[in-house]
Amino acid sequence: MSGSNRGNKDTVSLEHRKGSETEQLLRSENLRRIDAKCGSGREAIVIEPPPGRGEAAWGRRFFTRTVAFLSPSLLLVIWEVLARWGVIDARLFSSPSRILGTFLPLLRSGELLSHIAISLQRIVLGFLAGAVPGVIPGLSMGLFAPLRAWLMPLVSSTFPIPKLAIMPLILIVFGLGEASKVFTIGIGVFYLVLINSMTGVLSIEPIYLDVAKAFGASKKDFYLTVAIPGSLPMIFAGLKLGMGTALLLIVAAEMSAAQAGVGWMVWRAYDMFDIERMFSALLTLAILGYLLATLLEVIERKVIPWKEK
Amino acid sequence: MEGKVDAAYRRRVDNILRDASQVDRYVGELARPVELPPDICVKISGLTKEFNMGDRSIAAIAGLDLEVKDGEFLCIVGPSGCGKTTLIRTIAGLERQTSGTIWVKQPANGRPLTAMVFQTDSIFPWMTVEDNVGYGLRMQGVKKAQRDAKVQSLLRVTGLEKFGKSYPHQLSGGMRQRVNVARAFAADPEILLMDEPFGLLDEQNRMILQRELMEIWRGSRKTTLFITHSVDEAILLGDRILVMTAHPGRVKEIIDIDIPRPRDLIALRGDPKFISLYKQVWELLSEEVLRSRAQEVPRS
Repeated sequence: MSGSNRGNKDTVSLEHRKGSETEQLLRSENLRRIDAKCGSGREAIVIEPPPGRGEAAWGRRFFTRTVAFLSPSLLLVIWEVLARWGVIDARLFSSPSRILGTFLPLLRSGELLSHIAISLQRIVLGFLAGAVPGVIPGLSMGLFAPLRAWLMPLVSSTFPIPKLAIMPLILIVFGLGEASKVFTIGIGVFYLVLINSMTGVLSIEPIYLDVAKAFGASKKDFYLTVAIPGSLPMIFAGLKLGMGTALLLIVAAEMSAAQAGVGWMVWRAYDMFDIERMFSALLTLAILGYLLATLLEVIERKVIPWKEK
Repeated sequence: MEGKVDAAYRRRVDNILRDASQVDRYVGELARPVELPPDICVKISGLTKEFNMGDRSIAAIAGLDLEVKDGEFLCIVGPSGCGKTTLIRTIAGLERQTSGTIWVKQPANGRPLTAMVFQTDSIFPWMTVEDNVGYGLRMQGVKKAQRDAKVQSLLRVTGLEKFGKSYPHQLSGGMRQRVNVARAFAADPEILLMDEPFGLLDEQNRMILQRELMEIWRGSRKTTLFITHSVDEAILLGDRILVMTAHPGRVKEIIDIDIPRPRDLIALRGDPKFISLYKQVWELLSEEVLRSRAQEVPRS
């Protein structure tokens, strides 16, 4: 009973597949049925390259790029139109033209640049303060099981605490100055880089350890020729994640006890209900984030030339 | 599962960190004064290797005795799981035997004892072809200037001279395996260990690499232990063929290949000597393969 059922099903699905394939063949332009041309009277199917293949590839690329530019532009246009027609309240949500009207003078006057400089300094210092101490214990924890046994419980129990939740503690310890901001960013970056560096060592293919040993690598050789280069891709993944977190935390860190910075601008403008200024600061953060991520990628390509694209 | 992998990985890193130098360890084992006969390079006596699998231990090799002649090309065949790989990994110092002794001829003037060609893709993706080939020499402390000449000559022999500055991901599988072979030869070891080096290559590449290997080897006449699953390959390359028993591994028989070199696979295939050797090896081997199949039990 079940056997015959299955048999039926198979036949049906086969026929179905056959049908759809034939349909596809007939529909595709590169296949044409010729009857008379063969002379012998037998039918032949001609398989030819599709016309203008190169153009098609170029066309697809052009389309992708155009769309990549069009979709955000379209959104901005819709936003602008809705604001002008009064569908959305321009006092609350502003409009692209108004924001640009505030952003450009801010940029020209140098006011924005001074805020960027301050935030950038905090991000870079915080990033370094987190990444540099993160890499070395991370690698060591990957290499030495006892160290991992000692430190992993500490890392696993403190990592999930939201960094924003310990900001008051950081303010108590580091005061209201620059140190508290740098530390806030640093602690966020630290964990990501630490965990990624450790995972990087642990995920090196065991065969490479055999190779090192079979060719008589010393401890130092092993670190320099296998452990560090082998974990570099993961370390960089950690640095990139860390950079994202740094941008997240700069805004939080500048929310309290700051007098300058792009993050501070956001909160200050919100307090003053200067919506265009707030959006200008957000736009700045977006550009800053993009540039920093690109910078890290350029460095990665230099440091890891063997990484497959 | 993850914990298990982690533990195995840890042990391997620990081993590397502990045995900072492979040669030192062997000097320790050779401390007992043993005179090897002049024509013997490796002498193995009562070698047993057990692996712990949970609560019980499984013997991969049980009481293996073997003498490898100086300068010979010894091919090793045997059913899968018979401990071929374990045998050469133990000689390479990648595993430690449970019991039994291995004596190895003391290498002259600081040359390494062994170098290994691995079956799987094992060249470092983060090093250029040149740096991969020169790795063994670098580990011996040879300075870059002196490494270069040797590396370049091996790149020439293996037809890789144009790819010295390339990274492995830019090479085909066959070329990567050539780098693997070149790396082992460049290290200039006393004993060359090869674990099915061409097993994963397609037939065209395998035949070309076999020929290249023979050319390099005839230049150096290094003592070589070569694992293969191909009887063709074993007869083509070997001075002798060691047929191992089904698990746990022991020596079943050693067969001399008295076919003069250079050998050519195409000519060999019509040679009556080749055909009778092939039959002889295959009969021994198939007995063991059948025995190893009879041992198979469903995994719990």
